Amino acid sequence: MGSGKNQKSSERPIRILLAKPAIDGHDRGIYVLARAFRDAGMEVIYPGLLPTPEEIINIAIDEDVDVIAISLLNGSHMTIFKKVMELLKKRHAEGDIAVVGGGTIPEADRPKLEKIGVTGNYGPGTPMNEIISHIRKRAEEARANKW
Amino acid sequence: MGKKAKTSATESYWSKKVAELSAPHRKGNAAYEKWHKNVLEPWLGKTVEGSEIREVYTKDDVAPQPDEMPGVYPFTRGIYPNMYIGKPWTMRMFSGFGTPEDTNTRLKYLLKHGETGLSIAFDEPTLYGIDCDNKRAEGEIGKCGVNVTSLKDMEVLFDGIPLDKVSTSMTINAPAIILFSMYIAVAQKRGIKPEMLSGTLQADILKEYIAQKEWFYPPEAHLRMIRDMMLYSVKNIPKWNYISVSGYHIREAGATAVQELAFTLADGFHYVDMGIEAGLDVDSFAQRISFFFDSSMNMFEEIAKFRAARRIWATVMKEKYGAKSDRSLKLRFHAQTSGYTLTWQQPLNNIARTALEALYTVLGGAQSIHTNSYDEALALPTEDAAKVALRTQQIIAEESGVLSPVDPLGGSYYVEALTKKMELQAYEYFDRIEKIGGVLEAIKKGYMQGEIADASYERQMRLENGDDVMVGVNKYREEQEKQINTLKISMRAQRTQRARIAQVKKARNESKVRLHLERLRVAMASSSENLVPYVMDAVKAYATIGEIVNVGREVYGEWKEPKII
Repeated sequence: MGSGKNQKSSERPIRILLAKPAIDGHDRGIYVLARAFRDAGMEVIYPGLLPTPEEIINIAIDEDVDVIAISLLNGSHMTIFKKVMELLKKRHAEGDIAVVGGGTIPEADRPKLEKIGVTGNYGPGTPMNEIISHIRKRAEEARANKW
Repeated sequence: MGKKAKTSATESYWSKKVAELSAPHRKGNAAYEKWHKNVLEPWLGKTVEGSEIREVYTKDDVAPQPDEMPGVYPFTRGIYPNMYIGKPWTMRMFSGFGTPEDTNTRLKYLLKHGETGLSIAFDEPTLYGIDCDNKRAEGEIGKCGVNVTSLKDMEVLFDGIPLDKVSTSMTINAPAIILFSMYIAVAQKRGIKPEMLSGTLQADILKEYIAQKEWFYPPEAHLRMIRDMMLYSVKNIPKWNYISVSGYHIREAGATAVQELAFTLADGFHYVDMGIEAGLDVDSFAQRISFFFDSSMNMFEEIAKFRAARRIWATVMKEKYGAKSDRSLKLRFHAQTSGYTLTWQQPLNNIARTALEALYTVLGGAQSIHTNSYDEALALPTEDAAKVALRTQQIIAEESGVLSPVDPLGGSYYVEALTKKMELQAYEYFDRIEKIGGVLEAIKKGYMQGEIADASYERQMRLENGDDVMVGVNKYREEQEKQINTLKISMRAQRTQRARIAQVKKARNESKVRLHLERLRVAMASSSENLVPYVMDAVKAYATIGEIVNVGREVYGEWKEPKII
């Protein structure tokens, strides 16, 4: 695995953008994640509600994040996650920004999302450690790509 | 602390209540202490420290109460003398998905199977005032509820449903004034007069800023629209609950039971202040304020919460607002089982959770109930799953024997003590909110939002370390999850809705639309106008939700929430 490696203190902390890229205000989960990621030593950027996929990509690039974490519970992930990935590609950033997903995502959609590059796709009840170690792994990959 | 006494010259009503309720009615609890030392500890063979919930409660835990009866002030035991004896609660299943045709079919299905009231769920684009033909709505049409873009959709949605006979509840927060106007317009087109309509608007915008986060404008603009609906309803639709003050979303966003109780009632009192400011006599409008609470997994806490809510409302309406009519003092509420407690893991377990939670609402005296379906952690419910949820209520009502007596837990040492404790904690919150500057100011400062986020994080940490259990999630997990069928909302809904709105736009009289939108703009700018007739004219001309909302966006601007992280 090697994914659960502790972050070396000399390294820059992981910068992560948390976003709910849909017309949806249910933000309980994202606030819990934001705090947990912060407690795990990450720098969390949360732009507030209703960012468009375009805004998410702009913020991610401006803020030089390692990871974009997007979460949806309203069933529109196939359309919207895809849009985020397309825009990321358009800006040639798909290699050095990792995208992870989560929310209410049916089992059957997970491989489809993996295929377009959105990994994780965790549902409610996933232990926080599992999510955090996945993000660390993806962040490492993204950084390795960048440098 | 210490000798610092009265805060200022005029001690507030809330501080006084806090002092009144926190005064111990009796010193210590001799029977309990004796039992603890002489019976419990020898039995356990060790000494035990006190915890927040004691092993047992006694009459010393309950303030001596006059024999309170149901249907009598302060209504702790229920708002009607006979409660469910003779007539159970209204079984009102929240439903909506896809196109208006899809939802119309589901509503008729539920009515056929014994549902007794309607409750409509609208999709996110509708709730955020974004038309189905807007690019932003792509992929979200009909996903979380039914899509309504113009009056045409509303006509289809209620086709063949006797609006003069069923009561309809609509969850329509930010665009409430528009969907409310559409509902009346549909009825009028069918020759049904507004005064024959009965139903409820979930138009409580305060809880949107606190919890669910659906809004268009700054709070003052939405509150003005609520005032207008209040004034319009009081005058024209006497049986209409123009607002359902909602704790459900506050709880689901992560609040504790006490926070749900306190923030919801604080919002309720804010609407009362608003009605009085609008020049209404309190007894003319308070009777049509209704409530909506969550029912989560902790049995006694939920039951005590419902009982405390009734007692607080009655007490404050009488003491602080001087309401005289019993109807203003009675807190009527709808309850929904908790969506948060449902798990996608081992989804059939959710049937048990929902049944328990529904039972608590019955023991707590709800007027109407929605039971969640077991598949709702995964998707909107299938027809079969929704039927099981409805049957759950029917089983409670017709097999379990809980319809009588009224308030069977009244007099339980523990339930009474807990009711009082939660009541006190709610008053402490009212007092704190007032010190911040009132509900609106507290929202702008992110006070409630922060409290809820803290509580939600703590809960998550308790789950992470196993202090709290969710069966199938952090205990009794299974490696292989069995798949169940779930409802799929195809892109067909989007195509149908877009085709329909294109037709509507082609057929409508464009200059009439512009005229009514322009008149609405002028009315919006003058706060003394009642907006309902203006919105009504616009919807009747088939102006879309997005067009109407955008007029408001130009007049009022948008709202950015305070940062809490």
